[in-house]
Amino acid sequence: MNTKKKIILYLLLTAGAALMLSPLLWMVSTSLKDPANVMKMPPEWIPDPVRIENYSEACQAIPMGRFYLNSLFIAITVTVCQVMTSAMSAYAFARMKFPLRDKMFFGYLATLMIPATITMIPVFILLQQLGWIDSYKALIIPGIFSAYGTFMLRQFFMTIPVDLENAAKIDGCGHFRIFFNIVLPLSKPALATLTVFTFMGNWRSFIWPLIVTQSIEKKTLPVGLTAFQGQYSGDWHLLMAASVVAIVPVVIVFIFNQKHFVKGIKLSGFGGT
Amino acid sequence: MAKEHRRDFWLFLSPWLIGFLLFALGPILFSLWLSFTDYNIFKSPEWVGLANYKEMFTDDPLIWKALWNTLFYAFFAVPLGTFFAMMVAILLNQRVKGQSIWRTIFYLPTVVSGVAMGVVWRWIFDPEVGLANTILRPFLKLFNLPDPQWLLDPNLAKPAYILMSLWGIGGGMIIFLAGLQNVPKHLYEAAEIDGAGIWGKFRNVTVPMLTPVIFFSLTMGLIGSFQIFTQAYVMSGRGVDNSTLFYVLYLFEQAFRYFRIGYGSAMAWVLFAIILAITVIKFSLAKRWVHYTGDEA
Repeated sequence: MNTKKKIILYLLLTAGAALMLSPLLWMVSTSLKDPANVMKMPPEWIPDPVRIENYSEACQAIPMGRFYLNSLFIAITVTVCQVMTSAMSAYAFARMKFPLRDKMFFGYLATLMIPATITMIPVFILLQQLGWIDSYKALIIPGIFSAYGTFMLRQFFMTIPVDLENAAKIDGCGHFRIFFNIVLPLSKPALATLTVFTFMGNWRSFIWPLIVTQSIEKKTLPVGLTAFQGQYSGDWHLLMAASVVAIVPVVIVFIFNQKHFVKGIKLSGFGGT
Repeated sequence: MAKEHRRDFWLFLSPWLIGFLLFALGPILFSLWLSFTDYNIFKSPEWVGLANYKEMFTDDPLIWKALWNTLFYAFFAVPLGTFFAMMVAILLNQRVKGQSIWRTIFYLPTVVSGVAMGVVWRWIFDPEVGLANTILRPFLKLFNLPDPQWLLDPNLAKPAYILMSLWGIGGGMIIFLAGLQNVPKHLYEAAEIDGAGIWGKFRNVTVPMLTPVIFFSLTMGLIGSFQIFTQAYVMSGRGVDNSTLFYVLYLFEQAFRYFRIGYGSAMAWVLFAIILAITVIKFSLAKRWVHYTGDEA
């Protein structure tokens, strides 16, 4: 590559990166501004003076702590359970012989294709009949049983050599010991990728918590934030502070797990959205 | 031994089986039945046959508006997003210094997308004090043009959403990068010997080799953009003159605001039919112009 081409290449990349980062920088910058400077023209990118109090004010204006705990509790519970149920069923589909196995697996794949938009109405009615609306049960239980990662883990389990398990079987190990002592430890990378993706998906989840929650105490962060948005529209410094608080966990998870992201996207192709 | 095996089998499979029956297969069948009923939660469902579907196609102009809005959005957002994702991936594939840092920057927006960023974008598009107009204003003044009203202008609201969608090209970019790394180097060398320049190599090597990825990105993007909801709910709702009433937003309103459960279910099945049609077209078109190398097919 000659120098001229190199300069064009880096110019294009820098321009693209600036477009990608500017909304985020703008959000962080505004979240630290004095309300009087928020609408200043021309806009200032580095707040002067820096006003940390926006964050404490935002957290007082809405029950941010409560939303946060709800979101964390739900996302972690659902993620742990979902990865577990996915791994168990993936093991059954990959390693156990039973009648109709492949037909059942095909049925599972077919339901993955059905948009969540179809199931959300009937599941809502079901939970409403059970009297679960506006409870943690409604937020957690449908998620626990959605074995979304079954396909990905099954494909991974198939790549583990059977010899190891055959040796263990000769030594008298049952499926449980093979699963916990051989298959799961060997699948750590796949399990980690699935965990990261499931957590991100649950943290961001919006339409389901929006439908099944009513009281403010049960709302998750994204749903709570929309309520806050209407109430404080115009108080951009507070709204931006609340937005920053809401995305911090995903940014942390992302920064420390980048390799899982790249791998997960290649495996699932869903781009993490 | 056999008995023990069977017990293990049920233990392993039962969480999935419960989930499959209670939260997938059961609801799907239930939803299909609901779509033929008139049901508002407070009184029991009443069978109305095809009335919901008939109303959709003959008696509800808003559904056509919602379909049009969604199609318009998908028609521009998906090809543009695929194009830019491919371009960024090609740039990053040129032995760029600090590739992983660039990749992180371009992927970061995808990671943080959701309600919080919806709030940020609503502000960016604010006609008075938003970042978009603050930056554009000096240029617009040169030509004596008025400030664009973005989400408040029925003609600009959907383009604003399309612009915003380009911010989320990170996932596609990573898939294209992986695709580019699978393109054999010798193809480029052969093209160079034949005297191909940058454009020639792009047209005759890169694009044909990437067709599976382009195709995948277009179809997944189409299916995804047909279900746009969160941003619309947060940023503009129905919008001025229903200009941002997207399909799933309308479905959500019907089912959970007006509790027209039967009608909402019928809408969900029409959405499913559309997605199914895209998938079928995808497979029949793929045979014609997608180039698969031996082991990838």
